[in-house]
Amino acid sequence: MAAALETRGLMKRFGGLVATDNVTFRLEQGARHALIGPNGAGKTTLINLLTGVLKPTSGQILLQGEDITGLRPERRVQRGLARTFQINQLFPAMTPLETIGLAVSERLGGGRDWWRVTGSRREIVDEIVEIAQRFRLADVLDERTSNLAYGKQRLLEIAVAFACRPRVLLLDEPAAGVPEAERHELLATVAALPRDVSVLLIEHDMDLVFSFADRISVLVNGALFTEGSVEEVSADPRVRAVYLGESVDE
Amino acid sequence: MLTILFDGIAYGMLLFVLACGLAVTLGLMNFVNLAHGAFAMAGGYVTAVLMNRYGVPFLATLPLAFIVPAIVGLLLERTLYRPLYGRSHLDQVLFSIGLVFMAVAAVDYAMGSQQQLIQLPAWLQGRVDVLGIQVGLYRSFIIVICGVLVVALQLILSRTRFGSRLRAAVDDPRVARGLGINVSMIFATTFAVGSGLAGLGGALGAEILGLDPTFPLKFMIYFLIVVTVGGTSSITGPFLASLILGIADVAGKYYVPSLGAFVIYTLMIVVLILRPQGLFARAR
Amino acid sequence: MHADPTAETATPSSTADAVRRRLVRKGRWSVAEIAFWLVAAATLVFLPERHLILNEIAIIGLFALSLDLILGYAGIVSLGHAAFFGFGAYAAGILAKHGLADPLLGLAVASLATALLGFATSFLVLRGTDLTKLMVTLGVALLLGEIANQASWLTGGADGLQGISMGPVLGLFEFDIFGTTAYAYSLAVTFVLFVIARRIVVSPFGLSLRSIRDNPLRARAVGIPVNRRLVAVYTLAAAYAGVAGALLAQTTQFVSLDVLAFHRSADIMLVLVIGGAGYLYGGLLGAIGFKILQDILSAWTPQYWQFWIGLILVVLVLAGRERLTDRVKALWPRSRPSPDGKAQALPVTPAREV
Repeated sequence: MAAALETRGLMKRFGGLVATDNVTFRLEQGARHALIGPNGAGKTTLINLLTGVLKPTSGQILLQGEDITGLRPERRVQRGLARTFQINQLFPAMTPLETIGLAVSERLGGGRDWWRVTGSRREIVDEIVEIAQRFRLADVLDERTSNLAYGKQRLLEIAVAFACRPRVLLLDEPAAGVPEAERHELLATVAALPRDVSVLLIEHDMDLVFSFADRISVLVNGALFTEGSVEEVSADPRVRAVYLGESVDE
Repeated sequence: MLTILFDGIAYGMLLFVLACGLAVTLGLMNFVNLAHGAFAMAGGYVTAVLMNRYGVPFLATLPLAFIVPAIVGLLLERTLYRPLYGRSHLDQVLFSIGLVFMAVAAVDYAMGSQQQLIQLPAWLQGRVDVLGIQVGLYRSFIIVICGVLVVALQLILSRTRFGSRLRAAVDDPRVARGLGINVSMIFATTFAVGSGLAGLGGALGAEILGLDPTFPLKFMIYFLIVVTVGGTSSITGPFLASLILGIADVAGKYYVPSLGAFVIYTLMIVVLILRPQGLFARAR
Repeated sequence: MHADPTAETATPSSTADAVRRRLVRKGRWSVAEIAFWLVAAATLVFLPERHLILNEIAIIGLFALSLDLILGYAGIVSLGHAAFFGFGAYAAGILAKHGLADPLLGLAVASLATALLGFATSFLVLRGTDLTKLMVTLGVALLLGEIANQASWLTGGADGLQGISMGPVLGLFEFDIFGTTAYAYSLAVTFVLFVIARRIVVSPFGLSLRSIRDNPLRARAVGIPVNRRLVAVYTLAAAYAGVAGALLAQTTQFVSLDVLAFHRSADIMLVLVIGGAGYLYGGLLGAIGFKILQDILSAWTPQYWQFWIGLILVVLVLAGRERLTDRVKALWPRSRPSPDGKAQALPVTPAREV
């Protein structure tokens, strides 16, 4: 069975600097996989390569076994690869209703529809409602996004990505900056993501990694340093040295 | 042929002095200031008024053509421009177009819409023959003055404390602030100097470019070309862009007058499509 | 903030209905809107001596509406929108001069031609910063102005395009010297195009434009083909501007280089700013405000009215133009409760876009 997402010998050079060094990696179907690494390890570059913001110097990216290396970012989303951002990337002047509606109608081919009023299609409305409830946004659907509490914005950040009905979801530090009081709601929602979505979690927060992931890859200096189950990686003294040691110091 | 090259260089250097202030405003404050030409016009009018009404000699008016726009620029920067630094480019464009309209109408009201003529001193008139090339004395004068200014600017930027702070502020205002650099003061100073230089350019250029109330509108595009094509990360970029623009414009008007400004606009569009960050911008 | 699961899950269908109502509501016409157009139609009868200036207002309103489509909805800052206005004007004028006297046919051809120009130049504004967009749009307008100036065999050059004679509208209504037919014609065209634009902005396509304006990075991450959408709306806006220009040429039966001038592009920005961008009525209301202002100011200081226009721009920006127009916008049905009444500025362009 093909991996949900796979990279083969992925390289990215910026001038003389190697930001991504020969990364070969598999995200299995339905996986809960965490990617960790110290600051500057090249996590952001890797995400940008996966989502198509950057073009790799060499190597391949496969989504459900199909080569997507040359596809533009929006085409990858249409193929089922969605992401969230470490720093909220929302539409401040729009409401959650409009934001989710946008993503849903775009996926159902409505973005080219310039004649019908948004929301006149039943299946779009039903899906908006389902997503709003899943991400606990139903009570704030009509607020302006910029007025939402930070935790709600963070939920919306994931909801938008989820509204693209991804088969692979890249979560980039989903809980970053969320105050303790709103944290539980967010983590519960993340934990409840359906199993048919394979998730790659890029994270700094070890508690979250250990509670969520069943597999961990460690990225150091742009290269895959090691990979294994949560137990293996957390027991690996080298990982403690390069990564866990550092995060304790922080 | 060489005369055209010579005239083009003079024209280009003049453009640089006129536009370099804009490069700083844009590079440092990320402010789209379409009203830059108004400061140049102010300098031109200072010289014209002093000479024609009060009989002040040409050379003696030049310092004032620098100082008056610089002071006006400083006042405007402190009062009107500063609140708009963080605003959208649309706001900045609207605001500075508004200023241009006001300046154009105000000068029209005060001075009339006719061209201002400047009687150059005798020793700057005419042409001499140097190695078989016809060289205009006034244009040589412009090249010398502007050349000195360019060298001085480069030295200030690269050698002085102020220059290094300015460069730090251009690179990253936040970091510069963190280092204890008074960015706001640097903004004000450079804005004033930029306005002053534009004024000086306006005074020097009155003879060549002409001077009437529509000056800021007529030459706005030229200043913008210098800045966008040259980039704002150094003064060499705008300087080279000015020279290219000056030579291309003079040559274009001489050889293919029917195409007029066509060549320049086309060049600009092509450059901006191929290199949106400017022809000489550092790769980021 | 805590979600009550029973309240939410108990009646999913009623939630769905509420959501649909809220979404569809934006497509409905509010009373204020209907009143607006009724008043506009009434001026055909009640203000006969003002039809010439009303005609101009309708045309400027349509032109500003076209700018609103790209600026207010898609966030493209243009300093050269007059390029399309002028191109449409010359296209219609030249057609009429060479025998195609039917106004509607001329309008159709002019708008198609302008749409083509818009499509071709749209690729120039996809890349780069606001400043490069400003420069490129300005450059295109200047280029066209230069071409119109040089190609005097076709355009009449600096003397303007003379000798345009239009046939009757629909073969029935001759243009009269009071401008009544002209106004009715321009108003009708503007209305039809407005209805279409209004439909477009509440559609998923329109929603995707707003999302691109707000955050192109995220729009791409939602799977929106950003560039294709921008090309589409730029082309559409160009066609609208072309129609506005064509209306001017047809109803005044004269085209001069002025239609491509820089101040046209600047003025139309002012018009939109007076009325407020991003809700379609801004252009129309702005056109009324602008024309009235111009009328008063030029009667007062014929030569120097531009000074006051400039002053208004400066004051508007310094006072925060969005705050001033938000009140008017509230009449427009959109899901914007904002009980706190805070000023809702357009997102500021990130300070450093590299």
